[in-house]
Amino acid sequence: MKKIFSHPRSLRKVTTHYCPGCGHGIAHRLISEVVDELGIREKTIGVAPVGCAVVAYDYWDFDCSEAAHGRALAVATAIKRVKPKTIVFTYQGDGDLAAIGTNETIHAANRGENLTVIFINNAVYGMTGGQMAPTTLVGQKTATTPKGREVKGQGYPLKISEMLKVLPGVKYLERVSLHSPQEILKAKAAIKQAFLNQIQGKGFSLVEIISPCPTYWGMSPRQSLNWIKEVMLKEFPLGRIK
Amino acid sequence: MINNLKRVLMTGNEAIAEGAIQAGCGFYAGYPITPQNELIAYMAAHLADSGGVFIQAESELAAINMVFGASACGVRAMTSSSSPGISLKQEGISYIAGAQLPAVIVNVMRGGPGLGNIWPSQADYFQATRGGGHGDYRSIVLAPSTVQECYECMPLAFSLADQYRMPAIILSDGMLGQMMEPVLMRSHKPLAISHKPKWALGNSKGRSPNVAKSFYLREGDLEKVNLLLQKKYKTIEAKEQRYQGQYLDDAKVVLVAYGTMARIIKSITHKLRGQGKKVGLLRPITLWPFPVQAFERLALGKMAKKFLVVEMSAGQMLEDVKLVINGRSAVGFLGRLGGGMPSEEEIIKNITSLL
Repeated sequence: MKKIFSHPRSLRKVTTHYCPGCGHGIAHRLISEVVDELGIREKTIGVAPVGCAVVAYDYWDFDCSEAAHGRALAVATAIKRVKPKTIVFTYQGDGDLAAIGTNETIHAANRGENLTVIFINNAVYGMTGGQMAPTTLVGQKTATTPKGREVKGQGYPLKISEMLKVLPGVKYLERVSLHSPQEILKAKAAIKQAFLNQIQGKGFSLVEIISPCPTYWGMSPRQSLNWIKEVMLKEFPLGRIK
Repeated sequence: MINNLKRVLMTGNEAIAEGAIQAGCGFYAGYPITPQNELIAYMAAHLADSGGVFIQAESELAAINMVFGASACGVRAMTSSSSPGISLKQEGISYIAGAQLPAVIVNVMRGGPGLGNIWPSQADYFQATRGGGHGDYRSIVLAPSTVQECYECMPLAFSLADQYRMPAIILSDGMLGQMMEPVLMRSHKPLAISHKPKWALGNSKGRSPNVAKSFYLREGDLEKVNLLLQKKYKTIEAKEQRYQGQYLDDAKVVLVAYGTMARIIKSITHKLRGQGKKVGLLRPITLWPFPVQAFERLALGKMAKKFLVVEMSAGQMLEDVKLVINGRSAVGFLGRLGGGMPSEEEIIKNITSLL
């Protein structure tokens, strides 16, 4: 008899600290499944962000490094350069990657660093209590946009993946979502592609994952999945960007 | 890397870079800023030849965090900058201290505060010796005063950083960084002790995963880590004090200076001794740990001594001297600020008033 489904070797059996309906747990598992399937657990190094996923290394059963807020791609760049045989990825939220760490994101991409980036976009700062993120939608209420995000003074949702498209050093960009089982399978395929690109030495690959945050969207888990599908994806359309 | 045992004329900045390469530095990331640009240029030209990795980072923040990443992999890593850039690196240095990673950070000091100017200064003493970033931590601080010493302090800095798993700072300044002197190359083999730590990230086959981190959320855990750091700092304070003394045995006035300032004081001391005046020099080489043992010996000596601290600052090392002397002797101060340097005439006048 052949075993076709089990707990991923790369995912520790620990209790989750994430809120009900949060997407981080799914994303952590998808990465673990991909690492297992590619047989790279012993040479994988994950770089955790500052944000809700700050203790991602408590879930993954492979080597990890922390990084100061926004600096994951600086840390990852050095790790990959001094240990080129390892497989290095960063796991970053929208605040980490597209606000405080925009500089590191753009320059690591522009240098064409052979890295894999998993970018969790949930349009809000979770760990600090639901403040406006660079990706917060126009009109979306947060702790720091109590009347909803206004274009005047607060600008538009930042589309970092589309911005990165113009850089020659970037080899692969895809936006995926966690709002349904079908989309989760597509997300896994994109993550796998981004890791394969690194294994094959192709260069900078980034997967943007639209992920639910029921707690700071003020919704039930079910409502938040519908909100992704009906509202968020209009601003952040899915599919291959590059 | 220079391979022959010979004297080479080079700047202090280049001597630091060459010393680092010979000490087995495997990673350098930096960002241009005056007056340390010869250092980053030397690394760009020579580090790769020795198998190291050079990156011109997009910012000081990226550079210090790259050092974090390389160091987490067990590779000897360093960065360099000058005062405003070193301020930008402080968050990263705090993380390196918290995660107990070895790293070497070179500060070629210039005038401040703010953008200040590009003249030599010693006004970053507090920042270097008190931690600089957030949290209860220390960095080992070495202060070379000749170009030869710039070269020689690098293997020592890497060895101490590795041994104690913490940041080591080289406190140079714009004068020392820019001046040229002949440097005697001691060896063409790596000078620092071997370094293959068990905690390093990399191939995890046959062991449980390693994590490089400074984050301890569970109640009590962070205090335990801090107590461990403090214990380490006590050991360093007891074992790693370094200084140079000159004419201390019978000196009535002990001049205290480090780095560039100590060079000038040294020649003045010789000159005054030639005139039969009983002056001596105590030059701290480690600014942290501060060489309190040397001061204790002087304070306990029979002869009543007076101290004169001379700095290119408003009086920062002065506080450490006063702390150790603790009212037992008079401690005078002479300093110039914002890139200025006390003149020989001014210094001699101050010494004479104490004799």
